[in-house]
Amino acid sequence: MKFLWFHLMPYMGLPENFTEKYRSVWVDIDRGLFDPVEAHRMYNDFLDEMEFAAEVGFDAVCVNEHHANAYGMMPSPNIMAATMARRTKDAAICVLGNSLALYNPPIRVAEEMALLDLISGGRLIAGFPVGSPMDTCYAYSQNPNMVRDRYYEAHDLIMKAWQADGPFDWNGRFNKMRNVNVWQRPVQEPHPPVWIPGGGSVETWEWCARRDYLYSYLSYFGYKMGRKTMAGYWEKVKEVGKDPNPFRAGFLQFVGVAETREEAIKLYREPAEYFYNRCLHVDPRFTGPPGYLSETSIRANLGSQVAAAANAAQDRYAGVLATAANTMEGFLEKGYMVIGSPDEVAAQLREMAVELNVGNLMVLLHYGNMKKDVANYNTQMFAEKVAPQLRGLFEDKWENHWWPKPLAAAERAYPQPFLEAAE
Amino acid sequence: MSTPSERTVSVNGHACRVLEKGSGPVVGYLAGLVGLPAWTPFLDELARDHRVIAPSLPGFPGATGHEDLDHLIDWVAATLDLIEAAGLAGEDLIGASLGGCLAAEVAALSPRSVGRLVLLAPLGLYDDAAPVPHLWAKKSGELNQELCEAQDVLQPMLAAPEGADPVEWKIELSRAAAAGARLLWPMCDLGLEKRLHRVAAPTLILWGDRDRILDPRVYPGRLAQGIRGPVRQAVLPGAGHLLDLDQPVAAAAAVREFLADATTRQAA
Repeated sequence: MKFLWFHLMPYMGLPENFTEKYRSVWVDIDRGLFDPVEAHRMYNDFLDEMEFAAEVGFDAVCVNEHHANAYGMMPSPNIMAATMARRTKDAAICVLGNSLALYNPPIRVAEEMALLDLISGGRLIAGFPVGSPMDTCYAYSQNPNMVRDRYYEAHDLIMKAWQADGPFDWNGRFNKMRNVNVWQRPVQEPHPPVWIPGGGSVETWEWCARRDYLYSYLSYFGYKMGRKTMAGYWEKVKEVGKDPNPFRAGFLQFVGVAETREEAIKLYREPAEYFYNRCLHVDPRFTGPPGYLSETSIRANLGSQVAAAANAAQDRYAGVLATAANTMEGFLEKGYMVIGSPDEVAAQLREMAVELNVGNLMVLLHYGNMKKDVANYNTQMFAEKVAPQLRGLFEDKWENHWWPKPLAAAERAYPQPFLEAAE
Repeated sequence: MSTPSERTVSVNGHACRVLEKGSGPVVGYLAGLVGLPAWTPFLDELARDHRVIAPSLPGFPGATGHEDLDHLIDWVAATLDLIEAAGLAGEDLIGASLGGCLAAEVAALSPRSVGRLVLLAPLGLYDDAAPVPHLWAKKSGELNQELCEAQDVLQPMLAAPEGADPVEWKIELSRAAAAGARLLWPMCDLGLEKRLHRVAAPTLILWGDRDRILDPRVYPGRLAQGIRGPVRQAVLPGAGHLLDLDQPVAAAAAVREFLADATTRQAA
């Protein structure tokens, strides 16, 4: 089993009255809420936390992309990944991912990801989300009708650019280019592993299964909500004739570890409540632009409760809007978070991993307004006392084909030490 | 009201419904943001002494095919196809709201496809002094509330008709929203102003004084300024953006007066 340390990089200074006084955490969030000096400190703490996770042995660090969003402050995940490429040694760098419709031309993704793979020595995981309506249609004014089509064309162009024998022309529907020549090729051949963080659409599952891409479901609401989605994915995998290798899948889980459950609840209560209350204060004005969902999805939503529940994954905010749990007790009761002593956490994660059949587990150990020392404590506890209990899961039976294959140690180049350290 | 007749024409291989009623000189009608889910009192007024022909644009109630249309030019070409297939080539044309945007483009780019032009608060322009609101950054149902004053007319129009499958009806309405977004997103300038000088057709511009989408103090004048042909303008009191829904009698009277006036008839 692999463990990835996932950061959202939330703005930690949203006021207590945020949900009463302000309409939205995303898209048109009040600019007055952002303090550059505070953010400078936050970003540096966040990067410290990620580097610490890499140092204590997490298999990977993860970044993602959001725009005009106070719960996820990485409009450029590649910038974050670039610093990780230099400041981590062996951890994989999971960019989950570049929202392809937002890069013009899409070969910029091919170029930047190639750079990340080159600088890191072959440690990149290339993630390609379609992108939420908030990010794509509202923050970036993309036509909701075209986002998915643009995404698929961008994907095709990027994959070709990485593997072409020579410069090529691309007379696409959205991108028209001559002499495409992404000259810097990734270290990993034919390309870095491709991970698709998706919602609950049948089309995405099938696409991933056919192409042997990893499918990951990034839920903020724990594995009870994730069951239907993952079951749907595995059914498609079987239909398409691929093996149920748990390393074909990824899942995101909030975790809080302490010596005891009581301690964990105490320690992680405030950051958890900050996240679920303030961070997920998403304005419904931005969640459903016409044309973003296919008619098939709309039909499924209208026609069936079960399908609607499954398609809640299309709008992951449906969970919080529907369930309205806003205290730690509520989060625990509804299974959003895995909180407890190392043994309790390990047992719950084992059960989840087996039930969902997921071999690549992304854990959120920093969330909400968690301070660095608490985040590092959570990270260290997980690395030392939880991960070892689970590492061997699936490893005897399955191979992880979705993991980076970096250069051998002897071939690697590492950053030179700072002069001060040398003295 | 007696019901209009219904036929189907093909645009890009997709079926588009054409509703028709009345006898007299032909006049075409391209509907606005919600399309034409049902025949309206305004069209009935016109049908008293005109043959009113209302084809549905791709994606709007009665028609599919919007997914083939990526750029404005695709929409204009489809509108030309629709006009020709519906028997409206060279005839007087009314365009409301979104339909008005395309009617104006057609008049600009293919002047012989249109006789005289009636524009009812057409979309497609953008003025920094009175920005078009973001039509789809609203809570569910909010946009429809803002489209016109006569909610008692609009809401029943949007309700599933007797015997219709409620799921399919909802799909038709969400499809219309998707089609509108496909053409208009993100509601900025579509470039129409650059081409208005090509509109030589005698034109009637009507606006509602309560239009909450396109400011009646800014847009009618701007539109009139760009058009080369002879222009008449009027602002109807008590009408919102879908002014023909709000003031069907006054709007129809203004249109009929314009169309009856021999001096506005385009030279053959």
